[in-house]
Amino acid sequence: MSEGKLERGERGERHDSAPGDEAASGQEFGGGVTGYVVGLLLALALTAGSFYMVSTDLVWGPAIPAALIVLAVAQMGIHLVFFLHITTGPDNTNNVLALAFGVLIVLLVVFGSMWIMDHLSHQLMPMGEMMKRMR
Amino acid sequence: MFGKLSLDAIPFSQPIPLVAAAVIGVLLLGVLAWITKKGHWPYLWHEWITSVDHKRIGVMYILLALVMLIRGFSDAILMRTQQAMAVNAPGYLPPEHYDQIFSAHGAIMIFFGAMPFVIGLMNFVVPLQLGVRDVAFPTLNSTSFWLTASGALLVNVSLVIGEFARTGWLPYAPLSEKVYSPGVGVDYYLWAIQISGIGTLMSGINLVTTILKVRAPGMSYLRMPMFCWTSLASNLLIVAAFPILTATLAMLTLDRYMGFHFFTNDAGGNPMLFVNLIWAWGHPEVYILVLPAFGVFSEVISTFSSKPLFGYRSMVAATLFITLVSFTVWLHHFFTMGAGANVNAAFGIATSIIAVGTGVKVYNWLFTMYGGKVRFTTPMLWSIAFMVTFVVGGMTGVLLAVPPADFMLHNSLFLVAHFHNVIIGGVLFGAFAGMTFWFPKAFGFRLHEGWGHVAFWLSLAGFLIVFTPMYWLGLEGMTRRLQHVNVAGWAPFLWIMLFGVGIMGLGVLAQIMQLLVSIRDRDQLRDETGDPWDGRSLEWATTSPPPSFNFAVLPDVRGEEAYWTIKQRAIEAQGLVEEPEYEPIEMPRNSATGVVTAFFASFTGFALIWEIWWLVGVGLLAAYGTFVWFAWRKEDEYEIPVEEVAAYDRERRKVRAAWLLREQGARAGEQPA
Amino acid sequence: MSGAAAQHRGGGQGGQGKGGDPYRLGHGGGHGHGEATGRGDGGPASKRITTGYGFWIFLLSDIIMFSGFFAAYAVLRGETAGGPGGAELFELPRVAIETGLLLLSSFTCGLGAVATERRNLAWTQIWLLVTGLLGFIFLVLEVQEFAQMIGEGAGPARSAFLSAFFALVGCHGLHVGVGILWCGTMMAQLWSRGFLPAIQRRLMCFNLFWHALDIIWVALFTIVYLMGAGR
Repeated sequence: MSEGKLERGERGERHDSAPGDEAASGQEFGGGVTGYVVGLLLALALTAGSFYMVSTDLVWGPAIPAALIVLAVAQMGIHLVFFLHITTGPDNTNNVLALAFGVLIVLLVVFGSMWIMDHLSHQLMPMGEMMKRMR
Repeated sequence: MFGKLSLDAIPFSQPIPLVAAAVIGVLLLGVLAWITKKGHWPYLWHEWITSVDHKRIGVMYILLALVMLIRGFSDAILMRTQQAMAVNAPGYLPPEHYDQIFSAHGAIMIFFGAMPFVIGLMNFVVPLQLGVRDVAFPTLNSTSFWLTASGALLVNVSLVIGEFARTGWLPYAPLSEKVYSPGVGVDYYLWAIQISGIGTLMSGINLVTTILKVRAPGMSYLRMPMFCWTSLASNLLIVAAFPILTATLAMLTLDRYMGFHFFTNDAGGNPMLFVNLIWAWGHPEVYILVLPAFGVFSEVISTFSSKPLFGYRSMVAATLFITLVSFTVWLHHFFTMGAGANVNAAFGIATSIIAVGTGVKVYNWLFTMYGGKVRFTTPMLWSIAFMVTFVVGGMTGVLLAVPPADFMLHNSLFLVAHFHNVIIGGVLFGAFAGMTFWFPKAFGFRLHEGWGHVAFWLSLAGFLIVFTPMYWLGLEGMTRRLQHVNVAGWAPFLWIMLFGVGIMGLGVLAQIMQLLVSIRDRDQLRDETGDPWDGRSLEWATTSPPPSFNFAVLPDVRGEEAYWTIKQRAIEAQGLVEEPEYEPIEMPRNSATGVVTAFFASFTGFALIWEIWWLVGVGLLAAYGTFVWFAWRKEDEYEIPVEEVAAYDRERRKVRAAWLLREQGARAGEQPA
Repeated sequence: MSGAAAQHRGGGQGGQGKGGDPYRLGHGGGHGHGEATGRGDGGPASKRITTGYGFWIFLLSDIIMFSGFFAAYAVLRGETAGGPGGAELFELPRVAIETGLLLLSSFTCGLGAVATERRNLAWTQIWLLVTGLLGFIFLVLEVQEFAQMIGEGAGPARSAFLSAFFALVGCHGLHVGVGILWCGTMMAQLWSRGFLPAIQRRLMCFNLFWHALDIIWVALFTIVYLMGAGR
């Protein structure tokens, strides 16, 4: 019985790490300073890309918002991986699940609100039209 | 110097709030004087006010909830009386006062009655059920409680100094904007809810972390008692929904204080955005309240049917399903705002689907009772009554979820009856069931059964007498929040409802009697073993009341229904497990951080309401100072010596061994049959 | 009471091979001595993990709060009420500098975490100081921008669009301000106490907080400034 207990205790410690701590399993792209430098360079490149895109005609105009969002999501991913040390490792399952839940709620609130409020505007008569009819 | 505050703020012209406040004030002074005379202050300060023990904090939460429930209930009496008297007559409450009463009733019942009650139950029970010594962040827990109390204090101060909101329990814009509500009522609402909301959010973070990271060895997710699961779901919802409330109320605050245009009629503001955002919080809030109650019912029904919970895993799945889907239905609170058929249909369907999860639960409870040896104790009575009334409430909810029907029933008394049906029949019955169920664990003696039955039947009867006619009046077309009524035919129903409130009032008195009688007869009602109901989860494994450290040695969990398994093993092995090796226990030190922070938060809130800016600065600075003072604290833990732990546990084992002997005697008696 | 319960013990004892017991429907075989199902069976997690996770949950709730402001901005972004819109108001060079400052501070904050891990007090302090200073310059630029806009008559009371803009960006700025206060407090605490376990945990939380602010800023400069200026 005491053996089993010990084993369980060990396993429990191994498959858990605090968010922001480097994973105990050492499966990251680069530990220590290297990771931060790589993250910084990637993030700088993506940021520069975003700012560059709005200042040139390189990308077809109507596609710019979508492209910007893609770059932003990529950069958030870079931050999560290189600065916050979020991995897909088993020691990070809880952290990733919580993050996924948060992201889901954010998306529901933002897009739900936009959808609902947009439809309200469809149903309402535009102000100018109302003025015209009142005349 | 005092901002907008002057002597005019005290409503000398309105006798009712003044008299009420005077009575409360005299009572409060009496209690304080009694405490001072008896010299109880040091005890209260060290054992309760600065305590970071989750059990003490849970009890204080519930005490706050009970007091505020009575406050909210007296608002309900005023409203019912007014409507009964005001058929083609002015009644006795002027409109501006009546509007404050129904706003205060709703806000108090939800934020300061129901919320503290369920948070208190979760606080008290969850660490015990998980087999651990405290929540993840004990000092934060104390701070959460005191911030909630601070919000409750502000709401009650509005009774005497100034006024409360006249906007309904949710301050819909543009009515709540400065143009239409120039007084301080809405400001009281905003700051009281913000301060207590921070407390609630922190308590949610605390409990989520506790359940996910702080459990006894072997307590894997699918071995947790149902109440822990529903608590986890409820607290995840708190963490995800309350920030939306904070943001929405912050926008309204900016509108009111700094001339922003989020929800105004002019300059492009959109009042309907307020309705949208507030319900994105508001609908999950409903489940924040009711999910813990579902957990209570699961524990109570399984314990008093002497059977494991039927379909445990489907129950877990249904709980998580509700958690997610509850974030996709908020539009059903404003179908009539005009979002059009597509949007309404989508949210109507989502609303009907969420009822499936609850349906699964109801069947599970029924099947748990089926074939069980059901004991009709007070908690069980509340639970059975819940199943009946909640199904009615749920059905009317599904009815309201159909957009065309909602266009007829929106804002009618039918809606009011529906949500009281689910909140009283669900949350409140659950809270009372939980209180009766876990009372012996908290205080070491059971509540008096006879008075419990009286209270239950009176409350149930009163509840039905009030809300059945209300459904009917709603179908007849009576809208909510009417200060006076012009249809003479409704008068009989209104009088019946007033009568029902009277019966409910007797139920409240019976509850108080139950408490008093139980305290008087506590020696007969004593719970010697710590397991008065033949329980199934770990809170019953320790003594009643539990020691500050809950468990001398963390239980080693080997299966679902951890404590039931331990009991079975003891019976099979004909003896308790051998004495464990005791170790000294580290426990968190008491801390005044919570109460001091809340003290300054109350002043800051009051100053913000009355625009006393220097006091705002002082309050914020002091709150920061409190944090620093806490952060610089040298020792945050104390050690309980191993002798003390061992002495406690040996005493407990002696009682348990005696119980085992009796149990074996009973078993032997059964054998021949 | 116990006699009544004893009759139904059958429900609880099973587990091993009692597949036919209807009372056990929907339960795992968890009643025996089998392997614990699910995770986290090793008892309470360490204080560092608990604290970090709790703060992580707080950050998620904070981000959800921001999502409320983002939703409001998304709905109200066109409601300029005849006043100036994003294209006239936003100065991208300043935003680019702000972005660079915040990104750099996130980097230095990470270097501080590495120094903490190596128990190097001097470098931890230096990186915290640099982080705080970069944050401070960011804040100065933002206040400058706000002052300039208000000076041009484009304050938050001008239109719903500007209300949403000021609230969203201001809320982020407020967070940066609180972060700087926290940073300073942490430096003082490190200086007076050294690397106590509690202080290490607080540093971890501060790092999480600061990185999260940068992530929110990424969403902010993309959605508010870049997409707003292009319009």
